[in-house]
Amino acid sequence: MIIHRHDVVVVGAGLAGLYAALMTSDKVDTAVVSKVYPTRSHSGAAQGGCAASLGNEVEDHWEWHFYDTVRGSDFLGDQDAQEILVKEAPLVIYECEHMGVPFSRTPEGKIAQRPFGGHFGNFGKTPMRRSCYAADRTGHAQLHTLFEQCLKRGVRLYNEFFLLHLIVRDDRCYGGVAWDLRHGGLHCFHAKAVMLATGGYARAWKITTNSMSNTGDGLSLVLRAGLPLEDMEFVQFHPTGLYRSGILVSEAARGEGGYLINGKGERFMERYAPEKMELAPRDVISRSEQTEIDEGRGINGEAYVHLDLRHLGREAIMEKLPQIHELAWKFAGVDCIEEPIPIQPSAHYAMGGIPTDVHGQVLKDEKKTPVVGLYAAGECACVSNHGANRLGTNSTLDCCVYGRRSGIAMAKFVAEEGELLPDLPEGAAEPARELVTRIFKSKGKERMVEIREQLRETMTENMGVFRTEDSMSKALRVVKELQERYKELSIQDKSQQFNTEFMEAVELGYLLDFVEPIIVGGLARKESRGAHFRKDFPQRDDKNWLKHTLAWKTEEGIRLGYKPVVITRFPPEERKY
Amino acid sequence: MPTRRFKIFRYNPHTDERPRYQEYEVQVPTGSTVLDALNEIKWTQDGTLTYRRSCRHGICGSCAMTINGANMLACEAQVHTLKRDPIVVEPLRSFPVIKDLVVDMDGFFDKLLLVKPYLIVKTPPPTDKERYQSPEDRKLLDGAYECILCGACTSSCPSFWADKEFLGPAALLKAYRFIFDTRDEGVQERLDVLDNKHGLWRCHTIFNCVEACPKGLNPTWAIGELKKKVISEKF
Ligand SMILES: Cc1cc2nc3c(=O)[nH]c(=O)nc-3n(C[C@H](O)[C@H](O)[C@H](O)COP(=O)(O)OP(=O)(O)OC[C@H]3O[C@@H](n4cnc5c(N)ncnc54)[C@H](O)[C@@H]3O)c2cc1C
Ligand code: FES
Repeated sequence: MIIHRHDVVVVGAGLAGLYAALMTSDKVDTAVVSKVYPTRSHSGAAQGGCAASLGNEVEDHWEWHFYDTVRGSDFLGDQDAQEILVKEAPLVIYECEHMGVPFSRTPEGKIAQRPFGGHFGNFGKTPMRRSCYAADRTGHAQLHTLFEQCLKRGVRLYNEFFLLHLIVRDDRCYGGVAWDLRHGGLHCFHAKAVMLATGGYARAWKITTNSMSNTGDGLSLVLRAGLPLEDMEFVQFHPTGLYRSGILVSEAARGEGGYLINGKGERFMERYAPEKMELAPRDVISRSEQTEIDEGRGINGEAYVHLDLRHLGREAIMEKLPQIHELAWKFAGVDCIEEPIPIQPSAHYAMGGIPTDVHGQVLKDEKKTPVVGLYAAGECACVSNHGANRLGTNSTLDCCVYGRRSGIAMAKFVAEEGELLPDLPEGAAEPARELVTRIFKSKGKERMVEIREQLRETMTENMGVFRTEDSMSKALRVVKELQERYKELSIQDKSQQFNTEFMEAVELGYLLDFVEPIIVGGLARKESRGAHFRKDFPQRDDKNWLKHTLAWKTEEGIRLGYKPVVITRFPPEERKY
Repeated sequence: MPTRRFKIFRYNPHTDERPRYQEYEVQVPTGSTVLDALNEIKWTQDGTLTYRRSCRHGICGSCAMTINGANMLACEAQVHTLKRDPIVVEPLRSFPVIKDLVVDMDGFFDKLLLVKPYLIVKTPPPTDKERYQSPEDRKLLDGAYECILCGACTSSCPSFWADKEFLGPAALLKAYRFIFDTRDEGVQERLDVLDNKHGLWRCHTIFNCVEACPKGLNPTWAIGELKKKVISEKF
């Protein structure tokens, strides 16, 4: 097996991973490992923008952004982390601009800002423009700029290398083992510091906005290493996925003034969030839509409602929402200047993930004991910035702020570690070797597509916008069954070169692992908070449930633990929009 | 449900003596894209069929390929708009094949690197603030910053077929994106690579790239602007 040695190995080349690499690469030897070419990372799909209280268009202050983020998270976010997120937001936006991000501009030439759901002025009272954007291609513009800077600085990139195993022993991480997709074969990455920036997981649902590569790999690798995941039951459903495909129509469409209309032609948000209407947070809107659909007020009684942009006019649509116009046309056959767009709630974002401290260092228990040499940031991590529900435009921000912070922390850690790499533990790569052998050699009769599609259907049906004891128990039964069937999986492609069937098989294994804490955590949490809504427990219950879930994978199934929420400034209050 | 026939290029240079074409028949519900059809084949008929994909909505640039002779993104190509039967699917031409529809894009990205695809600044930016740029100046980047690096343009360019050292439309469009960014101060550093027989002057305005670009961008026009710029910088 080929062994690569670097001071820092970053797994993932989205916004979080690349930002971190830019922070370490001029100080210590840095490599980025990614299963897709960096510019293919999911971050490029982010459309709407990146939040920061620049105040370029209207008065704004980080305290207001702080309050919105805390309230948006339904008070489950850790306020120490959230304060850092919003305070450092202007800094990372300016840094992005300095690196070359082609932001849209105000008439005076400042970075332009637009309204976005859940963001207000004066502690929730007035309208706000906080989202910095590059038309509706903000993530694309940021991702390409960070990538370009990595090229400029000569960051070592291992593209199309697929991580199969994380080497963790006795609370220390030593590196990981990856599969070289192009040529086949295992490579060991031996490092002083490893960072996971592997992104989201929503491919576990049938209707999702996510890229096909968003299979939650980092989450399952952490579980398999005996470490916990945090708050996994909190899954964001985006209110405007295209009907059937789930392809995202950015919230910018509502930020710019789009209406939501039901089958009776009503702007139904009047019933659910009379003040904030279409700019209420995502969890509130998704539930409203689902209620309309469930009560037969979808369009023609079907499982979708309309997003209507027609009143904005051709010019505004083409100037500010060109990509939405293109997407609606190409994937729904709708010209949104003339017709409304059919949409439905779609699995979108992971609020939970790998627990970390505010420097990105991974934590292994309720007492917040750190794992030496292991870091995580971006969507796969849970600091927790987003608690029970994330505000739009706070995620790319999270990637930048916490990717950056992790990079700084890793550079410091490596400098303190001294010259020598710690020796690799005995048999470090064995689990990866076994995995490869098992999948290539298996003669089992199970087919990938059946297991995967059944999983995705179950998750959409039973772990969706609304949940109950029954639906979640059913999901758990199905998942257990599918995990057993997965052991009998075999693939047809036995070649070493660019074996995407092998990759999909491993990814399916990842999906089946991380969904279990989502379900078990959701079953245990007998309340409704943010994106976790239980019809059988429709109220938030701060007395019993104002705490973070931790979930470990054990021989006997998922073991749960809890840790307190950090509250520094805003005590929990009722969340009304 | 309607079905369609697909004739797909298959080749693994490590194991096959020569490429072949394989036919599949696939159900295509209304609204199916070529990527949906490829997935259907891979997942239900032939797990060995190999292609790149990720975002499935035309933003990641993974899935450019040749469909009925034209370069497109498989995830954007609506099956019902493709009249020829069977639908012929091939890898992007003039890039080495790794396997089936997956091509080696290292050379493509190496070219990109040559034009120094990053903002070059000599004046330090203001601290704690953005640099200002007027909306008019920012508009100069529209039609260039949207490039998704899928390779459809460069692969369609006859000048690139004839001269593998030609930078190609994608790299040149990237050069445009920076040279026409009012914040950039690196024109001189990029001139040598551009003003060269494998650079700008190899483009003979054949416009294939414009037709191939799935994002509706116009590299030929950008190359024209760069030519003017280079001449004005020199004299
Ligand atoms: C359609 C859409 C639109 C969005 N719009 C916005 C928006 O406007 N504003 C906002 O703030 N947020 C938005 N979000 C959310 C935001 O885009 C994501 O949360 C964020 O980009 C995640 O970035 P990341 O760096 O964590 O991971 P990603 O960009 O997803 O990158 C993950 C990286 O990890 C690598 N990787 C994964 N697994 C492995 C493995 N096993 N081996 C090797 N490499 C691996 C991948 O190759 C990839 O490079 C949107 C999300 C979606 C789905
Ligand atoms: S899959 Fe991303 S462009 Fe086609």
